[in-house]
Order: sequence, then structure tokens, then C-alpha cells
Amino acid sequence: MELTLWTYEGPPHVGAMRVASSMKDIHYVLHAPQGDTYADLLFTMIERRGQRPPVTYTTFQARDLGGDTAELVKRNITEAVERFKPKTLLVGESCTAELIQDQPGALAKGMGFDIPIVNLELPAYSKKENWGASETFYQIIRTLLKDKVNEIEKINPKRWKSLGRRPKVNILGPTLLGFRCRDDVIEIQRILSEQGIDTNVVAPLGSSPEDIERLTDADINICLYQEIAETSCEWLKRNCGMEYTTTIPIGINNTINFINEVHEKLDLPLTNQEELEHKSKLPWYSKSVDSNYLTGKRVFIFGDGTHAIAAAKIAKDELGFEVVGLGTYSREMARQVRSTAKDLNIEALITNSYLEVEDAMKKASPELVLGTQMERHSAKRLGIPCSVISTPMHVQDVPARYSPQMGWEGANVIFDDWVHPLMMGLEEHLIDMFKHDFEFVDGHQSHLGHNATKGTKDKEDEHTQRHINIQKKGDIIWTDSGRAELTKVPFFVRGKVKSNTEKYALSKGLPEITEETLYDAKAYFG
Amino acid sequence: MSKVDLNKETGPREVFCGLTSIVWLHRRMPDAFFLVVGSRTCAHLIQSAAGVMIFAEPRFGTAILEEKDLAGLADAHEELDRVVNDLISRRPEIKTLFLVGSCPSEVIKLDLATVAEKLNTKFLGQVRFVNYSGSGIETTFTQGEDGALKALVPLMESTDDEKLLLVGTLANNVEDRFKKIFNNIGITNVESFPPRQSTELPKIGKNTKVLLTQPYLSDTVRDLKHRGCEIVFAPFPLGVEGSTKWFLAAADAFKIPELKVHEVIAPLANRARKALEKHTQILRGKKLFLLPESQLEISLARFLHNECEMDLIEVGTPYLNKDLMGEELNLLPDDTKIVEGQHVEKQLDRVRASNPDLVVCGMGLANPLEAEGISTKWSIEMVFSPIHGIDQAADLAGLFSRPLKRNQILTSKTLATH
Repeated sequence: MELTLWTYEGPPHVGAMRVASSMKDIHYVLHAPQGDTYADLLFTMIERRGQRPPVTYTTFQARDLGGDTAELVKRNITEAVERFKPKTLLVGESCTAELIQDQPGALAKGMGFDIPIVNLELPAYSKKENWGASETFYQIIRTLLKDKVNEIEKINPKRWKSLGRRPKVNILGPTLLGFRCRDDVIEIQRILSEQGIDTNVVAPLGSSPEDIERLTDADINICLYQEIAETSCEWLKRNCGMEYTTTIPIGINNTINFINEVHEKLDLPLTNQEELEHKSKLPWYSKSVDSNYLTGKRVFIFGDGTHAIAAAKIAKDELGFEVVGLGTYSREMARQVRSTAKDLNIEALITNSYLEVEDAMKKASPELVLGTQMERHSAKRLGIPCSVISTPMHVQDVPARYSPQMGWEGANVIFDDWVHPLMMGLEEHLIDMFKHDFEFVDGHQSHLGHNATKGTKDKEDEHTQRHINIQKKGDIIWTDSGRAELTKVPFFVRGKVKSNTEKYALSKGLPEITEETLYDAKAYFG
Repeated sequence: MSKVDLNKETGPREVFCGLTSIVWLHRRMPDAFFLVVGSRTCAHLIQSAAGVMIFAEPRFGTAILEEKDLAGLADAHEELDRVVNDLISRRPEIKTLFLVGSCPSEVIKLDLATVAEKLNTKFLGQVRFVNYSGSGIETTFTQGEDGALKALVPLMESTDDEKLLLVGTLANNVEDRFKKIFNNIGITNVESFPPRQSTELPKIGKNTKVLLTQPYLSDTVRDLKHRGCEIVFAPFPLGVEGSTKWFLAAADAFKIPELKVHEVIAPLANRARKALEKHTQILRGKKLFLLPESQLEISLARFLHNECEMDLIEVGTPYLNKDLMGEELNLLPDDTKIVEGQHVEKQLDRVRASNPDLVVCGMGLANPLEAEGISTKWSIEMVFSPIHGIDQAADLAGLFSRPLKRNQILTSKTLATH
């Protein structure tokens, strides 16, 4: 048993729902009790979907358990097929149904329907949401293509040349409830078409079973989200020889690397290499003098594997931040996240516990947190600016405007979303210069919307005061002069200055902290 | 009883399970912790329904069953013991710990009663353990509260003092208001169950008169009756009419003349009716369809028809307890179509066919219906908002008039030209 107060991922059948809901002409019969219908609201509320997920829940009750739950399953399957007329039927069970072992998938296959039936076996007590989505996508592809792949020749990625057409690719992995998937797909398609590459199929998002059946018309696959599509890409490679890309085009460097990888795989010459650097404003914005102040900003990163790794690379190489924490809840990608962390000389945090993440965040004392909606809440409690870079997400992370993470526009969005929560460069400098002015009030900073109130200032002061008082009870005493000097420090760095000074005082065995101790500590830590 | 048109329906449902009620129960009793023994689905359900992220550390959690627990490789009792130990060392302020059964724990027949008993011995004097089931194979949404309260009844000490016991979770401000009004009426010994602190359980006995504030407490009522309490039957205190009859029923049980009640309530009722008027103007003559979920549907239908003059197309309810709902059914217009249970697809067919002006439904259905051009009100808001009592009648009506008003604003020009 594992004690969980909050979980980053849902159960695997929710992953299956993400795939089913992303597609057209598919229906999912889920053997599950009534409470499991909550999952609909993830789609209709968080993503504001105007359609119900294509899911029929058998909603068996305790009184059914004594009788024939298998009959109940069959009745629901029959009704769902009649009513929704799907072109492919998914059949599976949630955690409770797994225990009663009705084997709904096998039942469905014996009912004589003339549509493909995908039997989903998603172990609810050992696997989670992303695995469930990946497995479902793979099973759909396997079911719909397994006969075809035996008949066709191995796919040579260069075949477009002899076929006398433009190269064609599939974009695999985007789903509903994925982070900015809808916009990433548009951005990547735009980039590919600029390079003269056509999109054959995007899946699961927006695809139908017919689209899945023509996946093999493409020359290569683009694995856009490893968590969802890698298993499928591997299967297509093994069975049809289809190559797939592994670079995730988030950030300037990796968007360029991605374009290069696609060209290499297709054996398509890249003619506009030098243009690519200028496609996004991020490199220039990052180079402009105002951004000098971003140098070495301490950033803590936690999210799914794909977005956490991408964020670490952008933070370090493209924005000049210092990555002081990196972690993921995607155990499937632990190895990659660890190796990225190692390159940054830090240790990766692989955990499902948001409390552990919050502890690590506290210890790292970052100036910016990049995380999921849970890290946003943790960061808020700690008074640290935060930007959300990964699922799980809140309704506000599904913006109305076009805001991809991938490609050129994605890099623009990332620059804005990560830098705006911070104090702007020149502004930070001015605040520092004028902090002793009697008209200066902490919290007047225009870009810290959530902190920019008088109330916050009072609270902050109270907070400092309380911390100082608590300290008095311990070994280190804050003298009046030390305390007065501490309140002159802008509130957004006050916590860090305070803890550094105490750390310094402890290490030097000082009994009390005076004004001078603050300056000593400042000099010591630089 | 009025001649309502009672129907039953079975089929796929779209409702929450009893675990969801933890979302308001833990707020009512801040010294209690709710530990669900279940699956990742249970944990995901509660956090999705509750928007848990606002809490530093929520006062509820899930002990997630893993493969080794199911295969019998780990002793479930020992595992639970370990989890509870961790939890209590982390949260020493917990006074009552509810072990909450779920669908999987019920199916594998995990005996939470025995676990609770053992833990009670172990943590004697520090934490109290009780258990109940919030599983979706046995309970619907608000029924979870019934289970939690029923589990507390054996812990309530006995007394022969005469008192009025309000049973069912109320918003704190509404509870205070009710107590003040009862005081003015002449009933001074009024207590609430659940209490604001889990350790301050009211005493009960043969002179306890139980007045329900919520319609979904069948099992709790039965056990209170076994303890000798007198059950006062009344409509539920939603709207002016329901609340007035509710106060009258209580007064009657205490042999307080009706006139006294009217004397206290009349000014409040007049004020509330005036406040209701602006909502009634919007709601009057509009067609209402209630899908089953919170179990408040029948009381809401009665309020929205009798006081806000809406027309009732269909009133869904997850289940119907005719004893507890008798007074409410009497107040509904003849031939009101009540449907117990659900076949969500057939019901949605009826929604579309009847062209309603407003549908009360769960969050999973609201936006899809809106996208079809049908205005909706989510039922979960009824269990989170203070809606009980005469003073709240206009606020309650406002929950229903707002979507219609919004619809008028948006459809008149802005969307038409889009």
C-alpha cells in the first residue's frame, strides 16, 4: 500500500480514455462502477470539451455482483455499438472490474460484431495513466495494422524520391489532456511544411481508425511525445521498418536538431540551416541587455519526462539560468532524466510524492519554479514565481490563445511564460536602487501580479517577523540591527538572504546576527 | 401523498460515488482525517472532484492498493497499520480517522471494521478510528455522508436531556443562523451532527428530536431511531416554503404553538420572498430537467416549481426513500415525473426531446449540453454552497437564474453576429 494525498497521474484506464476521446469513430466500453464516471469531467471541465468522452461505463453495483455481471457487460456493449456505431470498439475494465475478472474484451470478441475490437488489458494496480495511454494507442495500431504489415514491403524512408512525391510523415503522440498538444501539432506541421514535408496522419489527436490504417503511407514517424508514442513507433519500426525521430522539438536548439534529424532520416537536403536561428525571437530576447539579469537565475524543474528534460536544456543553454533541481514523476523516463541531471551536476528527483518535491524545492531555494499545477501551488506557498510546463494541469493551463511549447512559436511562448513571472531585469535593478525611498513599497512590481498588493507586503513583513521571532528561541539571535537590515532587503530575496545569513552564522559559530553579519554572509556567498 | 408519477430506470449511470462526500465532510470536521483504502482511481477521483491543490496537505488521502496487496503477498492489515502510523506521526493533530472503504476494498472484502478495532486499541486516548464504505458499488455521491455519520452514531453518548438535533452537514454560517432562529422560536437546546469538531459529538437519547437538514441520511436516521431518538418528518429547509415547514415541524415536536413560529419567521419570509422575486422573473415558466446526482433533486424541484414557478419536465433521483421524502413528494404538483435510477443515454435523449430551458446535471455532462445549446447548472455546487434556510432562498434561486441570465446576455447579440 502506498499513502497518496495527491497523485500526478490517474489510473491507466484514464490514459485509455485520453486516446479514445482524442480520436473519431471510436467507442470505449469500460467495465467500471458508477464513481469512475468522474473521469468525464477531466475532459469537459479542464479541457472545456463540448463533447462527452466516447465512453460507456457499465456501472455495475454491489447487487449485480451476485448475479451475472458478464451479461451486464454484453448488454452495454450491444447498446453502445447500436447507439454510437463506432468503426472500432475498445473494451476494457477499471480497477474494480479487474478484480471480478469478467474479461469484457474476450466477451466482446465473441459477440460477432463486424468491427475491429481492441481488448485493453491495463493493470490498474501496477500501472498509471501515461502507460495506459501508450498501451492503448499501441493496441489500436496493432489491431488495425497487424494483417497489413505482413503484406507490405519494409518502408524505406527515402522512398518518396522514387515515388515522385514530397516526403510524408506521421506525427504520433498528441492527445487530449496532454500539455499544449493541440498547438504543438499546428506548429510542427507548419515547420515541416516550410521544409517541403507533408503530414500524412496526426494521431491519436483528431484521427479515425481509417487514418490509423494508412499510417504506413508515410515515410517516417515523428515521435512527438515519448510517453505516449514510443511503444507504437517501435512496433512500426520493427514490423514495417518505419524509422522514427527521437528529438523533441522544444527550445531553439532542439527544434533545429529535430529539423536536422527529420532531414537526415528522409535523406532530404536542408537548404535553410542559417535561417533557422532567426525563426524565433527567443535567441535575440535572451541576448538583449535586459536579459543580462536572467543570468544564473536559480530554477527548479519538475514535470513529465519530456517537458522536464526539455525545460532543463532550455533553462541552461538558451536562457542562461542555473538549474538547481530537476525531477519527474514519469518513472518510464527516469533514466533519461537522471542522465540530463548528471550533465547539470545535480541529482534527479524521481518521485510520485508532491511533498517530496516541495521539500526538494524548499532546499534548493530557487528563484523560479517550472512544474505541474501542483508545483505552482507549492511555489505559491513558498512565495516563489512559477510557470507551468507539464501536466497535470488546471483549466487555466488550457489557454484560449495559440500557445504551443514546441517549435519557433513554442520558444517565444516559453520565453514569455518563464520570464514574466520573474522580476524584469531593469526593474529589478531600479528597485534595488530605490528600495530606501520612502515612496517605495514592497510589492509594487508590475510583473508579480500575484504578489502586487499591499496586503502581501504586510503579510511578508509579518512572515519575516514571525521567522525572526521563532529564531530567537533557537541558538541564533537576530539583533535589532540585523533585523532592521533584513527588512531593507527586497521581500522576494529576503527568505534566501535570511537563510544564507543563518547558515553562515551557524558555520562560523556566531551567537547572534548583526547588520555586519548580513554583509559578511553576502560577501561570503557572493 | 400527491399523485406523482414514479418511474424506475436502470442502465449506465453518470454519477459520483460516495467517496466524493469527503470533500465537504473534511471541511466540516477539521480535526478528522479521511483515509480511503482503495485504488489510484479513488485518489484521482477525489482530487479531481475537489480541486485539492488549494490545500497545503489535504485532510484526506488514499492508501493505494498495489499488486502485492491483492496477491496476498502483503498482509493488508499490517500494510494499513504501517500507513496509518506514518500518517499519524505526520499529522499528530488528527483526532478521528475515518477508514473509508472503496469499490476494490469491498470486492476483496477487506475487513476495515477489524482494522479500525485494532487501531483503536493501539492508539487509545490519542486517535479514534471508525470505518464506513464510500464505494460506488454501494453508494452514490451524498450517501457517503450517510455512511460517515452512521459510523459515528455508536460513539455518541447517551442522555435523557431534551434537545433538537440537526442532522446533516451545514455551512457554519447557516448552522449559526438556524440556532438563533430556533432560539427565538423557543427551542434553546439545539445541537448539530456532524459537529464542528469530531470529538465533540452530541449526546443522544429518548428525548432527542432529530430534524434532518439533508435528504440523503437514511441509514443514519435508522440508527438514531434505534438509539431512541424521535425523528421529526418535514420537508427539507430549502427555500421559504420548505424552511418554514421545517421550523414548524420542529416547533410542533416541542409543542410550541404555530403562531410563535410565524411571529419569528414572517419578517424573514417576507424579506426572502421579495429577494426571490428578481430571480423568479427569470425562472418563471421556464422548463426544468433535473438529472440524478446529489439526492437534493426532489427538494430543489419543489422549491423551483412552488416558489420560482418553473415547469418540471423530469426529476431524476439516484434512489428514492419514500419515508424521508414523503413530505416533499406531497408538495410537488400532481403528475410530476420522477425517475429513480438512470440510463444516462436514454435520459439525455429525453432531455433533447423535451427542449428544456435549464438542466441540472453533473460536471461531466454540463459543457457537452451547453455545446448543444442547452443551459445547465452543475449539481455539485449545491453541496458546496450555503443554500439552506429562508435567508438563503434567493441565493439558491440565483444559482439557477444565473445561467439563464448569462445565456440571455451572450445570445442576444454577441454570439449571433459571430
